[in-house]
Amino acid sequence: MRKLLMPIQGDFIAPRFDLATEILIVNFENGTVQGDPKTIIMERPSDEELCQMVVKENVTDVVCGGIEELHYNFLVWKKVAVCDSVIGGWKKVLEKVLDNTLSQGDIILFGDEQLLTL
Amino acid sequence: MKLPFQPDTTTLLEAIPYPAMILDSSFRIIVMNRLMEAMTGYPSTKVCNIHGELVIRSNTGNNRGQLYRQVFHSGEPVSVAGDILNCYRRKIRIQYHISQLTETGGDTCGLLIICEDVSAKNETDETRSENYRSFELIGYSTKMQKVFEMIPLLAQTDASVLITGETGTGKDKIAEVIHQKSPRARFPFIKVNCGALPEGLLESELFGHVKGAFTGATRNKPGMFKLADRGTLFLTEIGDMPLPLQVKLLSVLDDRKFTPVGGEQSTSVDVRIIAATHRPLQEQVRDNQFREDLFYRLNVLQTHLPPLREREGDIRYLLDHFLDKITSALGKTIVGFTPTAMQALLDYQYPGNIRELRNIVEYSANICKRKKITMEQLPPYLSEKPRREKAGDKEEINAGAKTPAPSPVATPEKKNTRSDSARSSWGDIERQTIIDALKKHDGNRTRTAADLGWGRMKLWRKMKKYQLLD
Repeated sequence: MRKLLMPIQGDFIAPRFDLATEILIVNFENGTVQGDPKTIIMERPSDEELCQMVVKENVTDVVCGGIEELHYNFLVWKKVAVCDSVIGGWKKVLEKVLDNTLSQGDIILFGDEQLLTL
Repeated sequence: MKLPFQPDTTTLLEAIPYPAMILDSSFRIIVMNRLMEAMTGYPSTKVCNIHGELVIRSNTGNNRGQLYRQVFHSGEPVSVAGDILNCYRRKIRIQYHISQLTETGGDTCGLLIICEDVSAKNETDETRSENYRSFELIGYSTKMQKVFEMIPLLAQTDASVLITGETGTGKDKIAEVIHQKSPRARFPFIKVNCGALPEGLLESELFGHVKGAFTGATRNKPGMFKLADRGTLFLTEIGDMPLPLQVKLLSVLDDRKFTPVGGEQSTSVDVRIIAATHRPLQEQVRDNQFREDLFYRLNVLQTHLPPLREREGDIRYLLDHFLDKITSALGKTIVGFTPTAMQALLDYQYPGNIRELRNIVEYSANICKRKKITMEQLPPYLSEKPRREKAGDKEEINAGAKTPAPSPVATPEKKNTRSDSARSSWGDIERQTIIDALKKHDGNRTRTAADLGWGRMKLWRKMKKYQLLD
């Protein structure tokens, strides 16, 4: 089973890893979500704490917006698969993760972005 | 029929020398220029119709488009500093300018975004802050490094700073650097020497006056406090400020308001105060020469500049610096000092500190006709004045201090000790020099004056000043 962590903001993937306060953690296996997704609200944004959380929670995959090279390298070093610079609504992004079709820098537009709140 | 002037937005944006883009009324990207594409790492075609902040990713408090909304509704342009994270995982410092765009009819139709890359500028600033040499502040000794470490802390706050230190130690320079490193750097830095002006004049100088306040006040004068509004007022020689003015200064510091001389209306000011003195203010407070409340008001943050004799190793650097500077100005090619001259300079006490050191180098550079400055080209008093204490002769100096030789002139005992001279002002040192010279020449003023390189009149004036006349 894999564990996905996504910093989110409203209905979107949070633009920045270091400024995110809302974290979605999803367990998935063979393209389906296992159990209930978990949302964590951080007391304050902190890239260091988020990296610690990734390690502590044994996260295997991270999908995020902008991330600094330093933290990206740290997560990769910790054998976490990081897919960064992703823009889009997190539900659609999650679908792409489950389909195994998401790649770095993807902009997921379905034309319904106006209905989403940032 | 010819259409009204409607320039192509893409062409228009390309003419802007900064990364720029246009957003619609929902803050979605309509068009970006190539510089913006390069900065964010996204091609314009790929991010069209996406919320601007999802692409810019700034830390300017605009992550939900608050700033966009504010500018869009108020029409007031906003310029904030921050950074962005581009798709190459690079953090870039920017100045984020957001301004409203309106249609011909006056309706708001979108926003113009400009992200000025200020990383190069900030790097320059940082280098400058770490290397105080650019401010002509040279010091590698532990004591000076401690002072340098304090500067960013002193610059951050608006609290009053008191800089203490002997004459010539660089109090003015430190005050200026604190101002330059503070958020007030864009506003004036005004220096007032509290010891240079008589009481009435100083009051008018500081607080200004209104027309007709006194004879000669033919027009309103704003005063230094007003001129330094939003900036820093540097009050040097604060220990020499007359007591009545100290009261007025204290009230300005407390209320942030003052009334000009002869005026009726008080003026509000936002001024940061940095004060400096070579006098021991605490002793002055004890002697009722300085108000205790003002002392505590000014002494919120305090930094002490060590005298040159306590800055081990710095003398050599300072000598090199000033020699280089002065020889360049004179157009000479002096490469340094001979070993004897250098030793004499290193052994000297420098009662006048860096100012004296600079003057010595200037004197020597002016009269030097060779590649290296020799002992003979140093000021003659260098070989006569007390040298820097060495471990071996420390005892001797102290012993000498305990049993002062009889003096031909009236000299209070406390002025005669070498340990006192170490922490005394330039005036005390000059006084001591005169006494020593008079002793050497058995009180003969003609020979003493010649020895000191003065005329008899100057010697008489100095003796009168230091109360050395019978």
